[in-house]
Amino acid sequence: MKFSEQWLREWVNPDLDSEGLAEQLTMAGLEVDSIEPAAPAFQGVVVGEVLSVEPHPQADKLKLCQVDVGAEEPLAIVCGAANVKPGIKVPTAVLGAVLPGNFKIKKAKLRGVTSFGMLCAAQELGLAESSEGLLVLDDAAPVGEDLRRWLQLDDTIIEVDFTPNRGDCLSIAGLARELGALCQSDVHRPDIQPVESDVEDAFEVEIQAPEDCPRYLGRVIRGIDPQASTPLWMQERLRRSGLRSLGPLVDVTNYVLLELGQPMHAFDLDRLQGRVVVRRARNDERLRLLDGATIELDQELLVIADETAPQALAGIMGGADSAVSETTRDVFLECAFFAPDAIRGKGRRFGLQTDSSYRFERGVDFALQHRAMERATALILQIAGGQAGPVIEHCSQAHLPQRRPVLLRRERLRQVLGIEVSDAQVEDALRRLGMALEEDPSGWRATPPSYRYDIAIEVDLIEEIGRIHGYDNIPLALPQGELRTLGRPEARVTPAQIRRLLVDRGYQETINYSFVDPASQALLDPDTPPLALNNPISSEMSVMRTTLWASLLKVLAYNHARQQERIRLFEQGMRFLPADGDVEQQLMVAGAILGSALPKHWSNEGHRADFFDIKSDVEAILGLTRRSAEFIFERAAHPALHPGQCARIRRAGEAVGWLGALHPQVQQTLDLPAGVLVFELEYETLAQGKVPRFSPIAKFPSIRRDLALVVDDEMPAANLRKCLEESLAPVLKELEIFDVYRGKGVPEGKKSLAFALTLQDDEQTLTDDEVEALIQDTLATLKQTTGATLRE
Amino acid sequence: METELNRLLEQAAVEVAAAVSLSELDAIRVAYLGKKGVLTEKLKGLRDLPAEQRPAMGQLINQTKQRLQGLLESRRQQLREAELEQRLAGERVDVTLPGRGQRSGGLHPVTQTLERIEVFFQSMGFEVAHGPEIEDDYHNFEALNIPHNHPARAMQDTFYFGDGSLLRTQTSSVQIRVMENAHPPFRIISAGRVYRCDFDLTHTPMFHQVEGLLVDETVSFAELKGTLTEFMRHFFELADLKLRFRPSYFPFTEPSAEVDIQCVICRGEGCRVCKQSGWLEVGGCGMVHPQVLSNVGVDNERYLGYAFGMGVDRLAMLRYGINDLRLLFEGDLRFLKQFN
Repeated sequence: MKFSEQWLREWVNPDLDSEGLAEQLTMAGLEVDSIEPAAPAFQGVVVGEVLSVEPHPQADKLKLCQVDVGAEEPLAIVCGAANVKPGIKVPTAVLGAVLPGNFKIKKAKLRGVTSFGMLCAAQELGLAESSEGLLVLDDAAPVGEDLRRWLQLDDTIIEVDFTPNRGDCLSIAGLARELGALCQSDVHRPDIQPVESDVEDAFEVEIQAPEDCPRYLGRVIRGIDPQASTPLWMQERLRRSGLRSLGPLVDVTNYVLLELGQPMHAFDLDRLQGRVVVRRARNDERLRLLDGATIELDQELLVIADETAPQALAGIMGGADSAVSETTRDVFLECAFFAPDAIRGKGRRFGLQTDSSYRFERGVDFALQHRAMERATALILQIAGGQAGPVIEHCSQAHLPQRRPVLLRRERLRQVLGIEVSDAQVEDALRRLGMALEEDPSGWRATPPSYRYDIAIEVDLIEEIGRIHGYDNIPLALPQGELRTLGRPEARVTPAQIRRLLVDRGYQETINYSFVDPASQALLDPDTPPLALNNPISSEMSVMRTTLWASLLKVLAYNHARQQERIRLFEQGMRFLPADGDVEQQLMVAGAILGSALPKHWSNEGHRADFFDIKSDVEAILGLTRRSAEFIFERAAHPALHPGQCARIRRAGEAVGWLGALHPQVQQTLDLPAGVLVFELEYETLAQGKVPRFSPIAKFPSIRRDLALVVDDEMPAANLRKCLEESLAPVLKELEIFDVYRGKGVPEGKKSLAFALTLQDDEQTLTDDEVEALIQDTLATLKQTTGATLRE
Repeated sequence: METELNRLLEQAAVEVAAAVSLSELDAIRVAYLGKKGVLTEKLKGLRDLPAEQRPAMGQLINQTKQRLQGLLESRRQQLREAELEQRLAGERVDVTLPGRGQRSGGLHPVTQTLERIEVFFQSMGFEVAHGPEIEDDYHNFEALNIPHNHPARAMQDTFYFGDGSLLRTQTSSVQIRVMENAHPPFRIISAGRVYRCDFDLTHTPMFHQVEGLLVDETVSFAELKGTLTEFMRHFFELADLKLRFRPSYFPFTEPSAEVDIQCVICRGEGCRVCKQSGWLEVGGCGMVHPQVLSNVGVDNERYLGYAFGMGVDRLAMLRYGINDLRLLFEGDLRFLKQFN
């Protein structure tokens, strides 16, 4: 909410400058967003009276005016505005004046006629975004008076950001009340007297929904002047609150809303049929709103209807059909208290948030309606004339909000804030906030005023005391409590360990949005329909990823397009797998690499990273669990991966993840370069590590044997390995595959795998004969299970 | 004889000194001391001398032999050293050339920040907790005292799914999940991704929050202030950093406050980052609302609590001087590598 500082100071005027005032509000929880001058800097503009207007001899659109600015002689000024006429008072920039934008006014010849100044429009003075014609001042404006003084332009506009609990501050009156309590300053409320009714006219009102509308005041005003215009002082106050002038009736209701915090509505009486009914809408009804939109109504919505149809969406926006216009002479003025629950969320359904709904949602003072009605009536009569009828009130006491006493215990206050506050301070603060106080053996019972909707329990009062005392005046302390241990199982591998490992292996961590482009998602994981957002930011961010590759590959492409040749990326984050109406949210770690396996170096060419480079990174991660042997890599098909370079990783039958080269088609579709390799692992399986266990170091010498075995090309090395391990246990200590060979010397369709075996017996020294016997047995078994033969 | 031996020795000494390699030196050794060497021959020749001369001559020859051996040895030493020096000289490398092998990558600046935050609070006895990112309405809103249609819901633009579930808008939902499954006292810290439907210069639809919660029999607002002040001073390594607690409103805390720190860029003088105010908003906090405690079955008469939430991305940006939030989630290596 924006407001004029001067206006506020008419109500309460603490001994603080603008900055101090803003600081005071901010530190009380009413955060000041900005302080701006009410008008841009200009000087030399005075009130001028146009004495005569004659046509310009050389130009049809220009006029030659004589303007009295209180000097000895009137000024001759050339003006092009359409609305210039003798007798009006207008802002006049005299020679030497400086207008906004450092525009200096000098004697100037306009089509051969010398002009000694300039008549100004509101826009030229920075008082409006746009304007038509000159700014016409009130007749009462004294000729020659500085315009800044006359319009009180040396004012500031303060904008406050309110929290939703402080609906009571959404007006000059409310802010003044709060500031008065904070600064211990007196608050001057304008004197509002009831307007006597001159006509007996009363329009019948029926309340069918008293729980939604506990109080409704209506009043007829007849015979207003449709030609009347809103006085400049009111237009200025509205402008400084960010509202445009829309004619006296709307301006007055807006003015009262800003001044007192009471939203009101004026209906054109001629457009209302029979009587006013406050009721829930029916499901088949429609309403054309003031903004031109037509909405479908239903039973959830409260409307103000006449006998024929809904005429307004209660507390949110009026209808177009019954709106006041430039021809309205008779009005029906509404001033109601709508229950917050009847308004909350209703406008939002249609994308509507109005100044009215904003206040009703947060709670309007339910004791304010009479005052507001009288204030608005008096202002309308003053500006546009007319005769007021009596105020008709309907009130259901039972449905008005209740204000019950709230107990505040001294001891609890001390405990929650951690400070001692004297009884006198507590009582003073609560009284200044408008609470009615009663003594209680343990403290006080405070009954909040009708405008406070946020005081229901003890801590609400404690907060008020804290606020008035000043949060800054509460000292610092450190928490007291038992020292407790934070145990972490040693066997558990943490996400941080995995991160470090990847960083040490040259990977750069990225953090990417969890929602991705449905097209790339579908390309990478076509079999899992992803969860879609109802209200995505954009279509490229509309589905929840089921694989982190959807994010990583985008980042990889982004960087590749920016001349990065060697890329190693990883991310830790959730994937979201829809599962029977529910969703599995699994923490994953995924990587993507491209380019040379090692950084460019002066000493070698370096090879491009291939399957076995990224596999070694994956193996290192698995190694953190100290259960490497339990993980198996198996040939499998994945729609995103190269069919010949793709492995599924399992542990004890459970799927752990995938690794492989990106499928060339996927790579092309995603506009990636060739040679991208990826992996993705599920964290929870990686977390289950184990504590290392010592075994004695064997005292007997070990023997190394190398075996070159020839098998079918299709035979996985893991099968040979498994067979060797089983057959040579328990003397096999180490096994390395040190050569894979196809070609000359090995038959077509076969390959040779060379194993280096380290054998050792824990109990004795192995003899050559024993080893030879073992190897022969093993070779027999190998031949049987894998068809392997010793390479000649 | 003696003269002859001296002459031999002199001659040998000249040869030894002239030898430039170990093999040359060895040839000299063989020539003098080998099986058929000059001195060996001389020794052999003792047999032909009269018996009474043999001991003196023998001694003389042996002395010569020893002296020659000494010369050979010291020359050998010299040559070895020279040879080593030469080898070493040949093996010299340019130590300013870069090393070989994998170069380390790096952690994302937000991760580095999260880790520092977690370590700090763990040192104060807070336990790290995690929760789901797709949440239900109850844990994200209802249990936190934000009923349907509450104006506070408009403060947070929420991403929804068809079944009414949502992307958590705050890590406070983890509070509820921890408390409903255990008994007080609680000291937890929970950091992670949160989501709001907002995307402009200063908002990304996904960002990071860290949530802290302490519930015990004696907890006060003064302790909340103390904890956060301690943290901020530690985080920015500024022992005199000023904090400001402004009254605010969150449905799940009462009293509630916004936490501002003195601008760490200009130290409170006023700059572009703090919009000339000298202060930076870094989070919200307050005493846990009694309704929230009772929602999770905690006796709100016996127990009190405080909770706080901080924007991790903002802390990271301030700490490392990053001036554009959106850089954090673009994945640009030229940005990320700056934090390695």
